Order: sequence, then C-alpha cells, then structure tokens
Amino acid sequence: MIEFINIRRSFSIGDQRVTALHDINLNIAAGDYVSIMGPSGSGKSTLLNLIGLLDRPTSGTYKLDSGDVTALNDAQQARVRSEKIGFVFQSFHLVPRLTAAMNIELPLILAGIPAAERKLRVAQLLANYGLTDRASHRPDQLSGGQRQRVAIARATSMHPAVLLADEPTGNLDQTTGREVIKLLEQLSLQNVTLILVTHDPALAGRASRQLRMVDGQIISQTMS
Amino acid sequence: MKYIDVVQFAATSLLGSRARTGLMILAMSIGVAAVVVLTALGEGARIYVVNQFSSLGTNLVLVFPGRTETAGVNPGMLLGQIPREISLDDAQALLKSRAIARITPMTIGSSQISKEAKNRDVVVLGSTANLLEVRHMSLEQGQFLPEGDMHSNLPVCVLGSKINHELFGRKSAVGAWVRLGDRRFRVIGILATQGESMGFNTDEIVIVPVASAHMLFNTSGLFRILIEAKNREAIEPARKDAESILFARHNGEKDVTVVTQDAVLATFDRILRALTLAVGGIAAISLAVAGILIMNVMLIAVSQRVQEIGLLKALGAPAVKIRSLFFAEAVILSAIGSFAGLLLGEAGVLVIAKIYPALPVTAPWWAVLAAIGTSLVTGISFSVWPARRAAQLNPVTALAGR
Repeated sequence: MIEFINIRRSFSIGDQRVTALHDINLNIAAGDYVSIMGPSGSGKSTLLNLIGLLDRPTSGTYKLDSGDVTALNDAQQARVRSEKIGFVFQSFHLVPRLTAAMNIELPLILAGIPAAERKLRVAQLLANYGLTDRASHRPDQLSGGQRQRVAIARATSMHPAVLLADEPTGNLDQTTGREVIKLLEQLSLQNVTLILVTHDPALAGRASRQLRMVDGQIISQTMS
Repeated sequence: MKYIDVVQFAATSLLGSRARTGLMILAMSIGVAAVVVLTALGEGARIYVVNQFSSLGTNLVLVFPGRTETAGVNPGMLLGQIPREISLDDAQALLKSRAIARITPMTIGSSQISKEAKNRDVVVLGSTANLLEVRHMSLEQGQFLPEGDMHSNLPVCVLGSKINHELFGRKSAVGAWVRLGDRRFRVIGILATQGESMGFNTDEIVIVPVASAHMLFNTSGLFRILIEAKNREAIEPARKDAESILFARHNGEKDVTVVTQDAVLATFDRILRALTLAVGGIAAISLAVAGILIMNVMLIAVSQRVQEIGLLKALGAPAVKIRSLFFAEAVILSAIGSFAGLLLGEAGVLVIAKIYPALPVTAPWWAVLAAIGTSLVTGISFSVWPARRAAQLNPVTALAGR
C-alpha cells in the first residue's frame, strides 16, 4: 500500500542544511494500524506529511498503491489526496465560519460531487458520529470532542484508503481522547490504513505496529 | 468542484467577515457612482449647450467682422488698420446667393431706456423683421419690426418681457412711447419670455430697426449677420457664397469671418465631450483606488486564512482551485460593488436632475459600461496577486499557521 524507498528530506535553514529524514525505507500494508512515536524534532511529522503528499521528498521514491506518486504534479497529487488520504489534526482545523455539516461537506465539494449526493453522505456521516443535532452549529459552539468527531467525519467523507492522524488527542482530555481513538480504531477495522503520530506511549501501544523515530531515523519496530 | 460551489464557498467567506466585505463594496460603489454622476453631469452640460445652440435657429450661418487668424500676423494689423466693418449693403448683397433663404443683420449697443421717471440701462439690438423667425423668437403682444427696406429708421421698438414689466408694470406697453438715449420710440410689440440662452437674455433687450440702431449709436457697421440657408444641404454653399460675395465687396480683402452654426456647435460638442471624458477619467481614479483597496484586503484575507488554505490543500484542492476561490470572491465583490454603485450613481443623477431641472443629466451608456467594466477589471486584476499567493502557499507551513 505505502512504500518508501530511500526517502530523504532535508531543509535549508539559513545556510545550514538540516536533514529531517535519513533514507527511510518503509512498507505499510493496506489496513495496517501503525503508530509513530518519538521525541519532538525526530521527523515523525515530516514523515506523516510526506505520506500525506503535503510535502515532497528531497530524494527517494514513494509508491502509493504501487504507483509512483513522487513524480506527480501538484494537481495530480491533490487528486490523490482527495481520493485516497484523510487527515485528522491535533488542532482539528475546522473552518470557523462553516457549520459542522458544511465542514464535513468540504472535501465532497472540492471533489465536485453533486449536491444531492453530498447531502445524503453528510447526513449519514453526522448520524455515524452522533452529530446530527449539532449539524448547524459552528465549531466555536462545539466541544473539543465534538470538533474532533467533525474532523474525523470530514476526513472519512471521501472514503479514503489511508487515514493520517497527527496527535489527534493532543488537545483533548483523556476520556474524550479515548473516545476519539476508538472511533479511529473502528475505521481501521474497516480496512482503512491508520497511521497515528503520538507522544503518548499508551496510545501508541494500542497499534498493531509501532515505529519509534529518533533523529530522522526509524530506530525500532514492534509488532503486537 | 462546480462553479456554483465555488461561488457559494466564496460567498460564505465574504459573509464570514461582513464589515470587511461591506467596506470593500462601499469603496467600489463610490468609485462607480462617481464615474456615473460626473459623466452624467458632463454629458448633461454638453446636451444643454447643444440644445441651446439649436434653439438659436436652424441651418444658420454667421457672419462677423474681422478675421480670426490662428497663425501669423496679417499685414493690416501691422499698419494699424482695424478690419473694415460690414455694412447694411453688404448684408443686402448676400441675398443674391441661391443657397440663402433669408438674412437678418444685427447691431448691438447699450443705451438707457426711460419712461417718465423710470429708467434703466438696456442692451439695444438693431435688426430686421426676419430676426423673429431666424432666431426662433416669439411675440407675446403686438407685432414685430415691420418688413421692408432695412435702411428705413422707423422710431419703433419691441420690448423684452422683463423690460416691459419694469417700465409698465402689469399694463401693456404696446402703443406707448419710450425714450431710448436721446430719441423717442413707439412700442409696437412685446417679446414672449424666453429666458437666457447662451448668455443672452432676450427678456432684457429692446429690439429696434437696424437703421434706427445705427442712428442711435452713430455707427454703420454690423455686429453680426445671421444667414438662414435654404435647407441643411445648402448650409455649406451658403457659407461659401457669403464668403465670396463679401470678399468681392471688400475688394478681395478677407476681413470677415463666416462660420456655420454646425461648426461652432461641433467645436463645443468636442470640447464638452473631452471634458466629460476628463471628469470621467478622474472619477475612474477612485475606481483604481478601490481596486488597490480590494488587493490590500485580499492580501490580509489570505494571511488571515493561511490555515484554511492549508486545510483546503490537504483536503485535495489543487492550486488552481484555491486561486479560483479567491478570484470568485473578488468577482462577487466587484459585481455587487459596481451594481450598488450604479444604483447610487443613478440616485445621485436623479437628485441633481431635481435640483437643476434645466440640465438634462443622464449618464451616457458608454460611461455606465466603462464604469462597470473598470470596476470589474480592477477588482479582478488586483485580486490576481493575492489569489496567486494563496495558491502558492506550502500546505505544511500553512497548516501550522506560519
């Protein structure tokens, strides 16, 4: 599903060249549940951004569904993101002026899905995540847990094959965090590839495959 | 993403910051309204002048003494000569031309008119019976100057309505005697009130036979000859005939000027049209300012919405789409702004029309189109840069809000 071959990513900061990722080789199968742990600056977010096609590697090849996506142009990558990848962020990233329903609808609008079908799908997603009575609330009228549920609903609205979650519980209290993780795990059971970046060893331990990163390298892998 | 969705999304972001949107529309609409109102004023002035000219008569050719030379100095001036005057016989001679229907000579002077103890200064116009029809005047009472030989200096006069009112009050002056300078004249008619046209108020003049005016002012030269050509096509032949007749009578000296009313009119028309364009252009500067304002606010909007742009990219919006979203906002703003400006401008025109009923103020269609076009073009072209900036944002840093 996801195949990294000698992926390197380096940045220029001033006149210095900083390598965030050192020749990463990684294979993630469809339906895997992978957690990425590591201290700040270890390159886990960079890795996630590369998987999500938000960033381009300095060198190396990234194959998604056995197709090389590193060579794609901006519009083609956007299309891949739209169709195959869902994002869940630590700070939710909901559009503040749009209602919960409209936030969930956003990827469908961008993909050019007809309005009638969008309405059906959004209603279904709202029901799935227990947000039906919150549909016309704006993000500032929702609790943290509700916001993250809206964000997850939005991330799954296009039925992505890969779901990338960057510290999804970072801004939530423990109970709400657990609920959110359960929602994500349910998706992984439905054969969605779930990749979770976290600081929390307890959370990371729930994944079937755990990666530890230090200084831009994957130093250990654990299967459970 | 469908167009309707692009427009809807842009509309939600415009509604999301109402104050910003309102101010931008206001700026845009003031620009458009300024163009509409100012060109309407300019165009109104032009139509007003054209109408005034046409009311002076139709198919007119004007003769006046002297030659307006724009280049060089003529030898006569160096010798201290003044141009030869135009005599009544010169005027009479013009009737030889087949293109000329009728003529009326004019002499102008200022004198004092008195009736018993009342007196005032008036402009005295010496002319002939033809003046009434050539100049499109009308009488209120009595009759106009008698037909016949223009050399006869009958002591009769026709009063402007205001003069009549001032000297005789509500009574009719017809048949009464008045004193003009040192001569007595019998009032034979009163002009209908016409108001001012081209700075010449016919309500405040006294018309006497041209020969009488010459006696009164002790001159023999004419101020003008008005020639009415037989029809529109005859205007140019009439002008040529008038020139050749007068030059011949003046021993080949080209010391009279003959112009057609159309030529004068065309000059005024050109000047006023240029003025309209100029004020319209000045007003258009405010549109450019509005455009820059839109650009400025758009740039702020882009930096305020960096995270949203990052999110849209993460959700699968390519750069082109991000650009079109910001572009759509500018188009909607400009469209609403120019529509509001149009309404505002037309309202302003209505108000001006109420205050100055004599001025035919209407915004010319080309100015309306130009105003709307300019506002759309500035709004859209000034949004190109902000939209590009938004589209080129790096999704990773944008999501981080940097």
